[in-house]
Amino acid sequence: MKNKLEAKNVSVFYDDFQALNNINMSFEENAVTALIGPSGCGKSTYLRLFNRMNDYIESFRLEGEILIDKKNIYNKNIIVEDLRKNIGMVFQKPNPFPKSIFENVAYGLRIQGIKNKAILRIKVRKALQQAALWDEVKNDLDKSALTLSGGQQQRLCIARTLAVEPSIVLMDEPTSALDPIATAKVEKLIYELKKEYTIIIVTHNMQQAKRISDYTAFFYMGDLIEYNKTEHIFTNPTHDRTQNYITGRFG
Amino acid sequence: MNKEKIIEGLLKLSASITILTTIGILYVLLSESISFFKEVSILEFLTDKEWTPLFVNKHFGILPLVMGTLLTTFIAVSVAIPIGITIAIYLSEYAPNKFRKIVKPLLEILAAVPTIVYGFFALVVVTPFLQSFIPGMSGFNSLSAGIVMGIMIIPYVSSLSEDALRAVPKALRNASFGMGATRLQTAFKVMVPAASSGIIVSIILAFSRAIGETMIVAIAAGQQPRLTLNPLVPIETITAYIVQVSLGDVAHGSLEYKTIFAAGITLFLFTFILNNISYYIRKKFKEQYE
Ligand SMILES: Nc1ncnc2c1ncn2[C@@H]1O[C@H](COP(=O)(O)OP(=O)(O)O)[C@@H](O)[C@H]1O
Ligand SMILES: [Mg+2]
Repeated sequence: MKNKLEAKNVSVFYDDFQALNNINMSFEENAVTALIGPSGCGKSTYLRLFNRMNDYIESFRLEGEILIDKKNIYNKNIIVEDLRKNIGMVFQKPNPFPKSIFENVAYGLRIQGIKNKAILRIKVRKALQQAALWDEVKNDLDKSALTLSGGQQQRLCIARTLAVEPSIVLMDEPTSALDPIATAKVEKLIYELKKEYTIIIVTHNMQQAKRISDYTAFFYMGDLIEYNKTEHIFTNPTHDRTQNYITGRFG
Repeated sequence: MNKEKIIEGLLKLSASITILTTIGILYVLLSESISFFKEVSILEFLTDKEWTPLFVNKHFGILPLVMGTLLTTFIAVSVAIPIGITIAIYLSEYAPNKFRKIVKPLLEILAAVPTIVYGFFALVVVTPFLQSFIPGMSGFNSLSAGIVMGIMIIPYVSSLSEDALRAVPKALRNASFGMGATRLQTAFKVMVPAASSGIIVSIILAFSRAIGETMIVAIAAGQQPRLTLNPLVPIETITAYIVQVSLGDVAHGSLEYKTIFAAGITLFLFTFILNNISYYIRKKFKEQYE
């Protein structure tokens, strides 16, 4: 067991409002960790810390450290763009670029300066296969990504993320905009991906957390209430709040 | 009659006034032009290389005026488009919110300055300044007029392009940043392509505005129709010619007088075509996002 990421004494503020209170938590490599908790408890804020997407929010301020492979990613000498090449992010709503399917997946590779057509083709194909989308789109690679269904678009976004071979994938409610069938496909995919990736997923869906995650962290109003193996959280939670939340008594 | 009906009636009335005015303008333009072309052949109008309707030796070739218009327009858009788009990208992709909120209205003031002020600015400031290191530049020339016109047009381009960039869903910008793209890469590989139709519309507007601009060129570019690409010598644009004749003592109904309608309809054709292109692009753009 290896710790891939770690949050040390992490507090986050938006101006005077404190969104996260002194979080300490480490994430196991090649495992799926689910972040659950009621709306507004700070899950997205927390997730965005790991690829520094909060940096664009003018009122954002961080205390504490976020370590990836033991290195603080908020150190002055860290180049954010390089960091993000190792940490992919899949967003709540599918957000493909208004470009072709191929160019969407090739985007990150092109950003990294890869121009060789053959290499691009191989990597795009591999990513689409990993995202379980290849068979559906292999004859339409030049079509606009906007012609795909919502579920396909989300798998395309996953493929786009995987194409650059990150070691960590962050997902913020990746199935909340999808129908049950598309959701099932994405869930299966996430389950497959953990062999190669460390995955952190925010989800509103208790069943989903139960089905796909190895660990679950329950947040409430900026506090980390409980963090443990998923089966433990769902069968024998230590805190009443957790118990109430997972049984749907509030949230 | 109730209020609703009165208001509806007023709206209909103003809509029909607009349409009637347009029809009226078109009617006058067309009928006067037709009577012009009874005396001057379209072939001469389109091919003669001189435009001297006010001289004894009359020539009616529109080309020098068209060339003057295109020359000043080209200079103006060469200034307005790169600067305008750069400003738009800076404001939407780089500038902090507070800065944008201050700068945008300031820029729009540029478009609100009366054009006659720009005209004199070109004539008494820009031209002497340029003359200090371009020897042989005439007092009237298309370069100063074009540059100053370009400055005037900057806010049209920057404002519309910035609106187009801001209309691109934020999620696309986040996706790009999330992939490790820099701001510059995100701007040029994602945002600008996604906003391209809006940006193109702003460019077309810049062209129309430059083609139709009158006061600056009338004051600073000269009144000498000349088939030339030299930006340092006096020329005349279609609009400046129309002003010159309208203000002069040419007898109404004379052939000289009718030339302004022939010139006017040429101008109208240019802007009409540009308007249609921009309408077409906007329509296509709408479909794309529906
Ligand atoms: N950009 C922001 N500026 C100010 N407050 C924010 C911002 N983003 C989130 N918040 C606040 O921080 C808290 C946590 O939000 P978020 O991380 O989005 O929660 P969750 O993802 O669990 O729903 C909420 O109270 C929210 O209003
Ligand atoms: Mg959220």
